[in-house]
Amino acid sequence: MALLEIRNLRVEFDTAKGPFRALDGVDYTVDAGEVLAIVGESGSGKSVAMLATMGLLPDTATITADKMEFEGLDLRTLTPKQRRKVIGKDISMIFQEPIASLNPCFTAGYQLEEALKVHTNLSGRQRRERVLELMRSVGIPEPERRMNSFPHQMSGGQCQRVMIAMAIACAPKLLIADEPTTALDVTIQKQILDLLMQLQRDSGMALIMITHDMGVVAETADRVIVQYQGKKMEEADVLSLFEAPKHPYTRALLAALPENATGDRLPTVSDFAKSFAAEEARA
Amino acid sequence: MFRFFLGRLGLLIPTFLGVTIVAFGLVRILPADPLELLAGERGMSPERKAELMRQMGMDLPIWEQYLAYLGNLFQGDLGTSFASKRPVLDEFLQLFPATVELSFCAILIAVAIGIPLGILAAVKRGSFIDQTVMGTALIGYSMPIFWWGLLLIILFSGILQWTPVSGRISLMYFFPQVTGFMLIDSLLSGEKGAFLSAVRHLILPSIVLATIPLAVIARQTRSAMLEVLGEDYVRTARAKGLPPHRIIGLHALRNALIPVITTIGLQVGVMLAGAILTETIFSWPGIGKWLVDSIARRDYAVVQGGLLLIAAIIMLVNLIVDILYGLVNPRIRHN
Amino acid sequence: MSTSPKADSSALVEKLERESRNATRAMLAEFWYYFSQNRGAVIGLAVFLVLVVTAVFAPLIAPHAPDMQYRDSFLVPPVWQEGGKWDFLLGTDPVGRDMLSRLIYGAQYSLFIGCVVVFVALTGGVIIGLIAGYMRGAVDTFIMRIMDIILAFPSLLLALVVVALLGPGLMNAMFAIAIVLQPHFVRLTRAAVLAERSRDYVVAARVAGAGHFRLMFKTILPNCLAPLIVQATLSFSNAILDAAALGFLGVGAQPPTPEWGTMLAEAREFILRAWWVVTFPGLAILITVLAINLVGDGLRDALDPKLKRS
Repeated sequence: MALLEIRNLRVEFDTAKGPFRALDGVDYTVDAGEVLAIVGESGSGKSVAMLATMGLLPDTATITADKMEFEGLDLRTLTPKQRRKVIGKDISMIFQEPIASLNPCFTAGYQLEEALKVHTNLSGRQRRERVLELMRSVGIPEPERRMNSFPHQMSGGQCQRVMIAMAIACAPKLLIADEPTTALDVTIQKQILDLLMQLQRDSGMALIMITHDMGVVAETADRVIVQYQGKKMEEADVLSLFEAPKHPYTRALLAALPENATGDRLPTVSDFAKSFAAEEARA
Repeated sequence: MFRFFLGRLGLLIPTFLGVTIVAFGLVRILPADPLELLAGERGMSPERKAELMRQMGMDLPIWEQYLAYLGNLFQGDLGTSFASKRPVLDEFLQLFPATVELSFCAILIAVAIGIPLGILAAVKRGSFIDQTVMGTALIGYSMPIFWWGLLLIILFSGILQWTPVSGRISLMYFFPQVTGFMLIDSLLSGEKGAFLSAVRHLILPSIVLATIPLAVIARQTRSAMLEVLGEDYVRTARAKGLPPHRIIGLHALRNALIPVITTIGLQVGVMLAGAILTETIFSWPGIGKWLVDSIARRDYAVVQGGLLLIAAIIMLVNLIVDILYGLVNPRIRHN
Repeated sequence: MSTSPKADSSALVEKLERESRNATRAMLAEFWYYFSQNRGAVIGLAVFLVLVVTAVFAPLIAPHAPDMQYRDSFLVPPVWQEGGKWDFLLGTDPVGRDMLSRLIYGAQYSLFIGCVVVFVALTGGVIIGLIAGYMRGAVDTFIMRIMDIILAFPSLLLALVVVALLGPGLMNAMFAIAIVLQPHFVRLTRAAVLAERSRDYVVAARVAGAGHFRLMFKTILPNCLAPLIVQATLSFSNAILDAAALGFLGVGAQPPTPEWGTMLAEAREFILRAWWVVTFPGLAILITVLAINLVGDGLRDALDPKLKRS
């Protein structure tokens, strides 16, 4: 049985100009211990799908799916209370803007401990020990001091490490990382990716990496889903995707990588838009 | 933090000097002549007038008069009431607890009801509850409180006869003034029913005085909450699987309260202005009524002194609020 | 090319002007769209327009003269209550004057007070604020210190003292309220000017050789209008409230002027005997102020692009 299985997921938002379909019948399957990358431009619905899984979309969103199961648990029919038992414990998520994602009014240690407080029965002292342990495991130097730091006193990379520590606090089976490195400096990006991969290997959790960066995909993923405008374009294991991309949009994405550029101009995805629009029409 | 405090204090000093100039200048420059008022209906001989002018130092150049005024001020001398012949500061200190008691109860009501209502409206955004709360808040905000007070008197004192019309406590009770706060003094006196009487006298004026601050706080809390609820860290809190009361009551509220604290501080000025009207309606013996009576009596020493003291209190409260703001906002505390 | 370059350029100017007119029209249409989405604001505007009509046509609408005393009809209750008369729909006051007529004439005073106070406070505040923000330096510091001083006093108290010293009366009351409301306009204008003056379009205008006055009034000012309009609406309702409060305290409009606050002050001693002499003038104040505040909220939402999206 797959860890997470979603069939025919649709998400619509009510807007002033009528309903807007952000996701149109997409399937996702993630096995235990697997790393899945979901790639696409902004607006492709890649974050929306995972926010829907977490139950984090606003009330204006209408979510429908034929199947939406985590470990055999039907996510569609959960009450908010039941969902809170799963969210943050078995499935957790980290976001794009690490500094904004941490509450400016509370210390890093407090916010970390809070995750343990809701989901475990550890005593106060045990929790504090676990917080220190977690901070060490994500590579935060001087955790005793950093525990009492507020988010604005830390760098973006450190905030993301705190976010990661918070996400893995309860040993989740699935971690969703929504563009975890986009807002960080290039040098830090690599460190955070390495950390995520190391944690994934050590704990055997499944990881969904949402990204627009093909470089990140190549470095991390086992399997890749390519999305465009709320639809799945292609799904393949990472080697075959890079060696023999089937869908023209995937080819366009790969051609847009700077290292693949020839001539004096970088190709863009829209250069290829016509060709795959035609392909779509034929399909 | 200490430098932050010093900076605020540094800004206050020139403003306070300006306030003394205004208090001094308003009474000196404007057309009314205090001596004529002192003389009353019978008038005064020119010799007597000159004599008095010399006594009061009014024959000196205006800037010397101001310096003398400032000098007296720093020795705690705010002049003497023409009417009662008592020092203005003494009168003020005697009446001030009544106003503090009233304002404190009012701000308590405003905060205790306004903040929860604002949170409720924000959480239930766009719902019937939200619309009702915000509609009521706008009515409260638009309320002529002197009329609102009269209406409440008609209803609760006239028709239902639940509450007294005026004063701080029933004339039945006599006990020594210890703190000046009737609620505390009545308890200390040990007289049966005195405390209840004090509460019954306090309740209507407090409600009237709380009306506008309550509306402002509810509106401000709602908009601050709405802003905060859209922040990334609230999404993180939800992603952690925290229960709603913890997300709203802790993660969101803690951040939303930062601007609300400033609003509450600003309401102190609104309150002191409102106290003028409220105390007049309910014959509440505080500084608001004292000032209105003094203006009617043209007791300019009292007006001058009262104006200055009230401005000083407001500035002090704003300073305290600034410090509180720094304390609750880690971003200021540590920079 | 048959047309001369001059004809060309005038055609271009015409085209630009037409485009700018269209843009203005589109902006107004967009503004009205957002404003009309807000039900409360539309109701407020409707009530306000009714008030304006009432005030303008008061002599035609009012059934009696506002100061006519009917000696045989002291404290007549409203028509629906026992003892009411059809002559006096909302009853009469302690000296036998028709309440309804006095309320209708009172609308004239309230709107007049609002208009005059806002006009004085707005023009004064905008000019001082423009100077402070544009000049910067010592002038700015000096002006803003003075505004801080005015704001250090509770507005009603300062207005009360100013009126008491100038002598009671409507004109002095309006003057005093304008003084205490004006610092808000100064602050807003100054802040907007400081934010705008370093923008590219202002720099461009300066490089193109625009003079100080043109820069201040034609280039910068139109771009700070939105907050000023909202503040003007708020000040309008504040002015009405404060003027009524001063009237109530006996230093505003003087009897027998049918100003609502003054009417309340005259009626105070009768509150437990004749509810109508107290209830109606206050209700009139509340409705007027509420209508204007509703419009103000609508204006703020429609003019603030940050709130628009949410």
